[in-house]
Amino acid sequence: MSAGVDVKTLEINGEEVSARSGQTILEVARENDIYIPTLCHLDGLSDVGACRLCLVEIAGSNKLAAACVTTVFEGMVVSTETERVRKHRRLILEMLFAERNHVCSVCVSNGHCELQTLAQEQGVTHVRLPYRNPQLAVDASHERFTADHNRCILCTRCVRACAEIEGAHVWDVMGRGIDSLVITDLHDNWGNSSCTRCGKCVQVCPTGALFDKSKIGSDHPKYPDFLPFLNMMREAQ
Amino acid sequence: MNPEELDQIAQSVRQENAKYDHEVNVCTDLACKSQGADKVIEELLKAAEASGKKILIRRTGCMGPCSHGPLVRCDPDDALYGKVHACHAGEIVAHLGGEPVPEIKCDLHEHFDSQVRVVLENAGYIDPEKIDDYIARDGYKALLTVLTEMTPLGVVHRITESKLRGRGGGGYPTGLKWSTVAKAAGDVKYVVCNGDEGDPGAFMDRSVMEGDPHRVIEGMAIAGYAIGASKGFIYVRAEYPVAVSRLTTALREARRRGLLGNDICGTPFSFDIEIRLGAGAFVCGEETALIASIEGRRGTPKPRPPYPAVSGLWGKPTLINNVETYANIAPIVRNGGKWFANMGSERSKGTKVFALTGKIKNTGLVEVPMGIKLRQIIEGIGGGVPEGHTFKAVQTGGPSGGCIPAEMLDVGVSYDALLKMGSIMGSGGMIVMDDTSCMVNVARFFIEFCMTESCGKCIPCRSGTAQMYTLLTRISNGAGTMDDLDMLEELCATVKETSLCGLGQTAPNPVLSTLKYFRNEYLEHILHKHCPAGVCTMEGKPAEVEAEVTA
Repeated sequence: MSAGVDVKTLEINGEEVSARSGQTILEVARENDIYIPTLCHLDGLSDVGACRLCLVEIAGSNKLAAACVTTVFEGMVVSTETERVRKHRRLILEMLFAERNHVCSVCVSNGHCELQTLAQEQGVTHVRLPYRNPQLAVDASHERFTADHNRCILCTRCVRACAEIEGAHVWDVMGRGIDSLVITDLHDNWGNSSCTRCGKCVQVCPTGALFDKSKIGSDHPKYPDFLPFLNMMREAQ
Repeated sequence: MNPEELDQIAQSVRQENAKYDHEVNVCTDLACKSQGADKVIEELLKAAEASGKKILIRRTGCMGPCSHGPLVRCDPDDALYGKVHACHAGEIVAHLGGEPVPEIKCDLHEHFDSQVRVVLENAGYIDPEKIDDYIARDGYKALLTVLTEMTPLGVVHRITESKLRGRGGGGYPTGLKWSTVAKAAGDVKYVVCNGDEGDPGAFMDRSVMEGDPHRVIEGMAIAGYAIGASKGFIYVRAEYPVAVSRLTTALREARRRGLLGNDICGTPFSFDIEIRLGAGAFVCGEETALIASIEGRRGTPKPRPPYPAVSGLWGKPTLINNVETYANIAPIVRNGGKWFANMGSERSKGTKVFALTGKIKNTGLVEVPMGIKLRQIIEGIGGGVPEGHTFKAVQTGGPSGGCIPAEMLDVGVSYDALLKMGSIMGSGGMIVMDDTSCMVNVARFFIEFCMTESCGKCIPCRSGTAQMYTLLTRISNGAGTMDDLDMLEELCATVKETSLCGLGQTAPNPVLSTLKYFRNEYLEHILHKHCPAGVCTMEGKPAEVEAEVTA
């Protein structure tokens, strides 16, 4: 062990694990094959703690903590699968499904959608909330990609990938609350925007909101795993 | 500028004032202004000149009982006039030194007698655009004392000793916050004043910034000295143009007098303040969103920790306090921490300014010692609900607070007591409701506010408040079911526990508190399609409700 690295030991779901100081609960859990559901988190991008699916309970605290942004401390006792957090996760997923239009059977990402997978994992079999169906526009102006805002869950992965990895910052969020919308440039059509056509946003999009025009259905898996490697290679330079 | 010079200024202002036999103070705060205070001043000036008496006519900040405006107070007679019209000017001047004009005389002794004024001590007594007026009332004395006689640690100690708690709503101990920032590592630190008062029905901070801006500036400068910062920001919402212009004037005058800028009072301490305008987003009152907004980014909150005390504005240690908190600093420094800690209840010290609004006789600003009973505020100071109606509930803390029913009016006001009742202190809005208010509709109003003010970053707040609004609309239209009520409660729990910032975490409070104390009204709407207060129109057509909500 090199000097200056501080090691912490903690307990996650009754299992004793060790971590470097400054690591998040999520990082430590994944290193130890302990599953915590996430949606806005993506390895290689900064964390925003927005989707609230990675909430865990920490002994001694009443408040739930987002595992992706909470750093570990010595003697921490974390529970990731209590009834309390499972219940909240299910309702948050229901809220997402009811918020826009997430009808899997007619979605290009059917079978490769992170939202769909999460719902299956967390046992969300039906949505009890009224669907809002906001009738948003589909932006097909780009020659290669399409943005279907009806499928967007506002995780802002595209915003972060574009700004942090590609360095173009074409995507951002406009409006607020339930009317928030991811936009390109100053709400220009994607096709007329300053987009560099790199396609990173499409690869990191967890749902069918951003998709490749040439692919459809089971043909459309996404590969966001390149991000950590890209970051590693850049750091090595 | 040194303490002697400050005394000289104060002396000369007092001498100048002594030349006049009478002082006529006219409130020029927004409420009085909108009812014609400017015209009153114009006529008073004419009448004063014609009478030949030596009269000083002063434009002051908010005097308090706004519903009686425009207000005029004549000293040394101590005669208060309400609902003054320009045509009364001649009579007011004629009656100076004698019996007050009977028809516009305002008898508000009950209103004023149980108040204790610390933050509002100058309200109605100084011209907010004149720094010398503030200096004549012991202004900037505390700053100079601190700079010439106290160590930064000593200042922090005095604030800690006063047991002052943050007046923005959370009630975090101010001394503890100051000492955390003072201890944080780094050469560059910032002092930020949160003046983004966005709750419906709250206007305490606006009145302080408009009526006594130097008090806020002095508090911030003292904070800067205590924590080792040389730069401050006042974040004010752009909807407060008068506050912005008064603060701008105040900052200019303070700089001119050498009370801001480099080497204040000949000491090595330098401090200056900039104003930043908010663009009307409620969420920017949340400290991390406020920081993002000052930095020029989209005002969305960030997960804490790291707290701003460690990593705030541009990643530097930052002290963020509310306007009213800073307004308390100068009196605490002048009179000592113990003096402040002697006021109030056991765990909430000092006084609190409340904005009384709604169905109450004397609406306006009041300042009361902590621990005072709600009943005394509403029935005594506020004069109770108008005749012919009965009190139903008081809503404290704005959209983050809850509704407190009549049975609980004998509870003393403190951070902990309000929290226990399912409400919060908040920044100090108090909306009184009588039997003409429907509690389902009230809950729906506040959820609508939170829905439109949610930044949209985290799912529970963005989508949860919208779903709650849909359900509440359904219930208030008579189309709700008992399942909707269960769903509503489930949503409340999830939004409260899982939201990222304070806005979402407290958004369900109005619903939860009305469900707790007025559940019958909900049941009445659902089971009997009847609104007890007669506010909601019952349609009972679920299809139309749906269409209206999505539209």
